[in-house]
Amino acid sequence: MKAQWISIPVDDQARALKFYTDRLGFIPKVDVPVGDEFRWLTVVSPEEPNGVEVVLEPKGHPAADAYTKALAADGIPINQFAVEDVQAEYDRLSKLGVTFTQEPTTMGPVTTAVLDDTVGNLIQLIHQEEGEPEL
Amino acid sequence: MAVADIFKALADPTRRTILDELVDRDDQTLFEICSRLSNKHDLGMSRQAVSQHLEVLESAGLIRSRREGRYKFHRIDPVPLRSMLHRWMKPQTTAAEHTTETEEKT
Repeated sequence: MKAQWISIPVDDQARALKFYTDRLGFIPKVDVPVGDEFRWLTVVSPEEPNGVEVVLEPKGHPAADAYTKALAADGIPINQFAVEDVQAEYDRLSKLGVTFTQEPTTMGPVTTAVLDDTVGNLIQLIHQEEGEPEL
Repeated sequence: MAVADIFKALADPTRRTILDELVDRDDQTLFEICSRLSNKHDLGMSRQAVSQHLEVLESAGLIRSRREGRYKFHRIDPVPLRSMLHRWMKPQTTAAEHTTETEEKT
């Protein structure tokens, strides 16, 4: 069994694709229509083009909106991406107009920052120091 | 704000730690406060527990929360502490006297 996809429920698939590629720097992987309204839409990291795909999933179920809103209100990221340098990403993305709800902060073995993906979610960027046990 | 509420709020070490962290940076989400408590202070408690601590601090007037868009941020409000201090501080007390007093105690 392989974990090949992570799913992120988004307000709008077209806007999500733009943000995750133009801003975060992912590259489009799969984009096929599903029915009239939605797409099976995935992006991957340029560092791992055959790695895990991020599925930008439409909020097909009414509970999805309630779920993402409740997480965002408490500042809770729906997912997290590993980066080499949180501060560098924060500087780069801030210049591009990306909003952060948490600036880069070092807490013990991890440095994290939290950004708004503009399609209803918070995303955490995280760097773990080498040699620390996996969380 | 009742002074008793302030003392009650400050009596708990976790709540004092939350205030320390808000001094480190203002405007934190519940998530950030939970992360700091767990990663920096090894205080791994439930989100609900942290939320309740925040409510106690807020009702004592020591923190304020505000909504910005879909997010809620918390910040420290030192005003009640200041007025509490003034209650017992003599106006003529100088910084030097304070230092002496502190040194004598240690």
